[in-house]
Amino acid sequence: MKIMVAVKRVVDYAVKIRVKPDKSGVETQNVKMSMNPFCEIALEEALRIKEAGLAKEVVAVSMGLANCVDTLRTSLAMGADRGIHVEAARELIPLTVAKILKKLVEVENPGLLILGKQAIDDDCNQTGQMIAGLLGWPQGTFASKVVLDKEKQVVTVDREVDGGLETLCLDLPAVITTDLRLNQPRYATLPNIMKAKSKPIKKYTPEELNVEIKSDLEVVQVTEPPKRKAGVILSSVDELIDKLRNEAHVI
Amino acid sequence: MEKLRATSNLRRSLKSLLNRRLSSGSDFTHFNQKRSFQTSFNWIRDYKSVGEVNAVQYRYFSSVSTLVQRNPSFSTLNSDDISYFKGLLGEKNVIQDEDRLETVNTDWMHKYKGSSKLLLQPRSTEEVSQILRYCNSRCLAVVPQAGNTGLVGGSVPVFDEVIVNVGSMNNIISFDKVSGILVCEAGCILENLISFLDNQGFVMPLDLGAKGSCQIGGNVSTNAGGLRLVRYGSLHGNVLGLEAVLANGDVLDMLGTLRKDNTGYDLKHLFIGSEGSLGIVTKVSILTPPKLSSVNLAFLACKDYSSCQKLLVEAKRKLGEILSAIEFLDDQAMVLVLHHLDGVRNPLPTSMHNFYVLIETIGSDDSFDREKLEAFLLSSMEGGLISDGVLAQDINQLSSFWRIREGVPEALMKAGAVYKYDLSLPVEKMYNLVDDMRVRLGNLAKVVGYGHLGDGNLHLNISAPQYDDAILEQIEPYVYEWTSKHRGSISAEHGLGLMKANKIYYSKTPETVQIMASIKTLLDPNGILNPYKVLPHSINP
Repeated sequence: MKIMVAVKRVVDYAVKIRVKPDKSGVETQNVKMSMNPFCEIALEEALRIKEAGLAKEVVAVSMGLANCVDTLRTSLAMGADRGIHVEAARELIPLTVAKILKKLVEVENPGLLILGKQAIDDDCNQTGQMIAGLLGWPQGTFASKVVLDKEKQVVTVDREVDGGLETLCLDLPAVITTDLRLNQPRYATLPNIMKAKSKPIKKYTPEELNVEIKSDLEVVQVTEPPKRKAGVILSSVDELIDKLRNEAHVI
Repeated sequence: MEKLRATSNLRRSLKSLLNRRLSSGSDFTHFNQKRSFQTSFNWIRDYKSVGEVNAVQYRYFSSVSTLVQRNPSFSTLNSDDISYFKGLLGEKNVIQDEDRLETVNTDWMHKYKGSSKLLLQPRSTEEVSQILRYCNSRCLAVVPQAGNTGLVGGSVPVFDEVIVNVGSMNNIISFDKVSGILVCEAGCILENLISFLDNQGFVMPLDLGAKGSCQIGGNVSTNAGGLRLVRYGSLHGNVLGLEAVLANGDVLDMLGTLRKDNTGYDLKHLFIGSEGSLGIVTKVSILTPPKLSSVNLAFLACKDYSSCQKLLVEAKRKLGEILSAIEFLDDQAMVLVLHHLDGVRNPLPTSMHNFYVLIETIGSDDSFDREKLEAFLLSSMEGGLISDGVLAQDINQLSSFWRIREGVPEALMKAGAVYKYDLSLPVEKMYNLVDDMRVRLGNLAKVVGYGHLGDGNLHLNISAPQYDDAILEQIEPYVYEWTSKHRGSISAEHGLGLMKANKIYYSKTPETVQIMASIKTLLDPNGILNPYKVLPHSINP
């Protein structure tokens, strides 16, 4: 069985982001970029399934400008077997990503499609659900535990939902999106980084896949949230009561 | 040379203090809150019970403090002094509260404890000047204190010296975005300066594990080294100017912001590294390098020390200008870190290696740097220098690798008693000392070696469940003699403080030390600034 994992190149999670002066977006020039943390978890899960002998191959897919290849190299260094890069000149919205993935799924025929639950730059949390809808496949989102049963061709997924944990049993092929507690991704070891240099990355363009890149959404403005005011240290209980009554209006 | 007088009173009072400290857990949480030694780390969470407090050993009956006598020419505090200070600084900044004094009287390692009755917190250079002028006229001994993260007992009183803490003087005075010259007060915490500069696109030229608590005045006064010395050089090169207050209250304004100024003797260098014994540094002007966007970190494993050495040579040659840090730790250090620190993951879990080396590169072009680093790593692997390694893929992984190296001192503290030595040695010979000490100590204690490979600086640490003079005997003076024989320094970056005050002759000639003593007498005739430290007690009572 083949597993396909979609990975996204985003601004590194630990970077202090700044809004561009023209408010059109977030500053991405000269800022450290790396793999979306949830995508890392998705890839780690795919690799574990492969190492357990339940899958033959892990294919990593990324879409965007040429620098996506860095993220694909990281995936290969972690242990993926092949990479696919879909070149696109613009930011892709989740629906477009889902449509492209559908075409790739038709080419590659994976038994399992694993994605991160959301990307940390747009926080959309849509791609997994959309691709499942387009393919007509069952979906297990916010997975915190994944157990594959090859014989019965089902995958049991524990989902983290607001009320607690929900366990679903999905027939393969299926779509899984991963949540934080699923696993701890491995580090890219030097021997694997060296091996990754010779692993193939196939390039596609959206035209080849017959997908039209159009965005129904337009970013109007990006602003920072209002700054938190500094706390004030009060010197007496009277001052506290005064502030609660007159400033906060809670008593 | 050393005055040996066991004062039974002193020992008795120290012992009762010790018992009181061990039994009150509340002391410790307060202590924890003040001292976040590691930046991404919550002290309170890690001391789970009072029982664990008892596991840390207090070395009050250390041989050193009983060897020193209180200098009788220093006066004792009286109520007039207190009123004067209260008038000068205001009630809030004159602290006599026992709990707060407890903290400032004790160093980070809980190895040295003074009995000062007064803590002063001046808010301006003028106030520091008045304090010192007064203390000088009254012959009151003073301990300048900043972040109190020093490791040689230089930041805490030995007896009842008045503590002058510059922590309240924490303003950033100016920053020139073109030249990167930062002017700030001595009490600015290093990590705060790093964040400030981060927003401006610059970095501090020094970085150390204590950055969450240490203050720039202390860093400058001790000529702190740290992790990036191999790239940015020492503070002697980066500090462009400073303002210091002398013992008699005179303010020396040497706060230049010029890169080049060859007019006369460059006195600021006297204050950089003099550990507060020549004057109190109140302002610093420092040249900061621009922040470059591409940071890469490799965590590598080597099978023996000679591979580490060869790796260092190769790294300097192949990585050249992008090399920014090269550190090493041995397997003992790794075991300690993995065992005692929370949330630390072994990057190379498949097997235990003998040596671990961290190599960091900082440059302006990510793809170029990566290529260079990967080429270097590949050739080193093929050459057999590296047996395994990982490359950090994002900032989180970077911090977790650094956590391992920066967390060694903390892990050692948690493991029990630790004898710390900070030595500069020729790189080829560095680890021989660790091997020698292992043979000498046998089962008595665990010997751990780690340090700044790039600077030839070994941090030799001997860890034992408890402090024991039998262990100390095996260590000193053997370690110092060994170092002296190889013309090394008995204190590479930690300074002399109280711990090594009488050991200077292992690394400096008597003539040199004599001149130092003359300078000390010139700038501080009454010897009130940080007495009993830095220079030998025979010439600096």
